[in-house]
Amino acid sequence: MDEPLNLILFSGTDDKLQAAAVLSAGAAALGRPVNIFLQYWALDAFRADRIDRSHGLAPEAGDEGRRLVDALTAAGQQSWAETLRQAKELGGVDIEACSLSMDLLGIGPADLDPLVDGVEGVTAFHLNAGNGPLVFI
Amino acid sequence: MGLIQIDRTLDARGLACPMPIVKTAQMMKTMASGETLEVTSTDAGSVKDFAAWSRTTGNPLLDSTSDAAVYRFVLRKA
Repeated sequence: MDEPLNLILFSGTDDKLQAAAVLSAGAAALGRPVNIFLQYWALDAFRADRIDRSHGLAPEAGDEGRRLVDALTAAGQQSWAETLRQAKELGGVDIEACSLSMDLLGIGPADLDPLVDGVEGVTAFHLNAGNGPLVFI
Repeated sequence: MGLIQIDRTLDARGLACPMPIVKTAQMMKTMASGETLEVTSTDAGSVKDFAAWSRTTGNPLLDSTSDAAVYRFVLRKA
């Protein structure tokens, strides 16, 4: 369990971000390091002024999926951002913004939520990933 | 299993996966070695999750029971 869990977050919809947050929190609870690399629309969802907004669901969710997710939220399921905050409190979770995606979106480090630890390139991400799995969400 | 002294309790009922384990890990960090923690949960994944968490982190799972849809675990901090 010493090899880190490495998540590349590409999609910016709430369902995929929630799935990633749950995977991260579970690993953090086991003491396993987690490296999260934010690209494209996932990075956009981590903007400080957007992180608490609704980000929609993946297309396959459809109306039925929307209804099920809304019911879970109404039952008190916390947001993916809150799940990630708690995972970070446990320690070992590092969240980095992809510098290329920062350029694409035209944003700087000050635009990102404090959940994001820094900005790095893909080479640094691979180096930190070690021999752990790469998961693309 | 009434012989086990319970030092701390955590009510994780109503919390969805993985929050019962996350809150357990958070609380165990604040506990001293040898202290015990009783957790109650309604997440059906808890039974396998607590066994796996105990095995991986080395904190012994002293008891794992269920009553209706409530699961109860007792852990000892290593």
